[in-house]
Amino acid sequence: MRRSTIRIWYLTHKWTSILCTAFLLMLCITGLPLIFEHEIEDLTGDAYVMPLVADEGQRTSLDTVLANALASRSREVGLFMSFDEDRPVVNVTSGPAPDAPGGQMTLMSLDWRTGDFVPAPHEGGVMGFLLQLHTDMFLGLPGMLFLGAMGFLFFTAIVSGVVIYAPFMRKLDFGTVRVGRSKRLKWLDYHNLMGVVSLMWASVVGLTGVINTLSDQITTLWQHDQLAEMTREYEGMGIPAQLSSIQAAIDTAKAAAPGMRVQFVAFPGGTFSTQHHYAVFLQGNTALTKKLLTPALIDAETGAFTAMRSMPWYMQALLLSQPLHFGDYGGLPMKILWAVLDIFTIVVLVSGLYLWLGKRGTSVDARVRELESGGRKSPEVAEAQT
Amino acid sequence: MSQPHTAAKPSTIRTPWQIFKVPAALAALSLLGLVSALTGDGLRDALSWAGLAAPVVVTLWALKARRR
Repeated sequence: MRRSTIRIWYLTHKWTSILCTAFLLMLCITGLPLIFEHEIEDLTGDAYVMPLVADEGQRTSLDTVLANALASRSREVGLFMSFDEDRPVVNVTSGPAPDAPGGQMTLMSLDWRTGDFVPAPHEGGVMGFLLQLHTDMFLGLPGMLFLGAMGFLFFTAIVSGVVIYAPFMRKLDFGTVRVGRSKRLKWLDYHNLMGVVSLMWASVVGLTGVINTLSDQITTLWQHDQLAEMTREYEGMGIPAQLSSIQAAIDTAKAAAPGMRVQFVAFPGGTFSTQHHYAVFLQGNTALTKKLLTPALIDAETGAFTAMRSMPWYMQALLLSQPLHFGDYGGLPMKILWAVLDIFTIVVLVSGLYLWLGKRGTSVDARVRELESGGRKSPEVAEAQT
Repeated sequence: MSQPHTAAKPSTIRTPWQIFKVPAALAALSLLGLVSALTGDGLRDALSWAGLAAPVVVTLWALKARRR
């Protein structure tokens, strides 16, 4: 590689890293406890034990469940209904209007067997704070998109880092860590080793994080593109004054998709449905098809089946980006590995910062020479030779 | 692990293949680990742990065996 080429890649690595390091450090640190969110919730004793009933298989009509939930929220409407995977619990989200923003929504949990209230998962507390910081730094959509841009810079820093790894390692065996010489050399070796081993994990978690920051845009695109196409004959129709039975809507959807499970229902007028339909989101039974949702649209006035179509590629990419970013799809061993690789990334970020801050007065040429020599020529020595 | 016979002397220039074979293998194993648990449970979960453990194990090995 020519020195001028190395110089360009070195500068790319330097500047993309400088711009994103502070935010990436925040993301890695807040992300670490978030990996274990469920385990921490269980440990802190918030887990609720469902009471026993005579017939464990009994199910109350979902119309009753919805009516019970909404009775506690005067003048509010239903927005979403979702179903827990591991217990007979129905979650109802309500809000003052069908298109109410997230901040005005209320989440309620009810026992599917009896229709009684059970404690709703509380979203505040330390974990809620960390999640908000990690998602948008309390700045809403602009904050989220900004973090997405930082994620993209991080990916650029990984790619340029891999490119300059080549001249650095020209005369070194893989994994060399020279601890006996200078502190700088030691951290340079740690930075290279941990950076290069974690490159695939860091790229995937980084890029899926970027995709997740675009979830609002991607969902809106799907709504305007496919959802509109599936319900063309309903164009211009408003939200029905009287909604049809939600239990019947779910039964109709399930009949159209045998063997599938209902993950959630979006009510008419929100981001996930049309003005005139219940969108029943069905999931498959295998680990992969569980993540890829298929919406069935049910006329919310007549209860008639309107259409069902698998998600387009961009929605599937969004849906798969969630587990790939959270690391929650392979049990506790996967979470532990996720945490270790997250710590590797923290070491790479901190050592990168240290390498940049130390010897800041030296020229770019001297630093490129340090790099080409595999760290043997410290920046001062290289500077003296220019 | 002892030095393989093929290990180049410190002064010789390594080829791109020599430089990138271990990182490339680790990237492939990590990717296998990331994807495998998505496609199923049980054995596929175990495969994913093995794949994602590869970079961690190799790092611990290097920190011990490649200390200079």
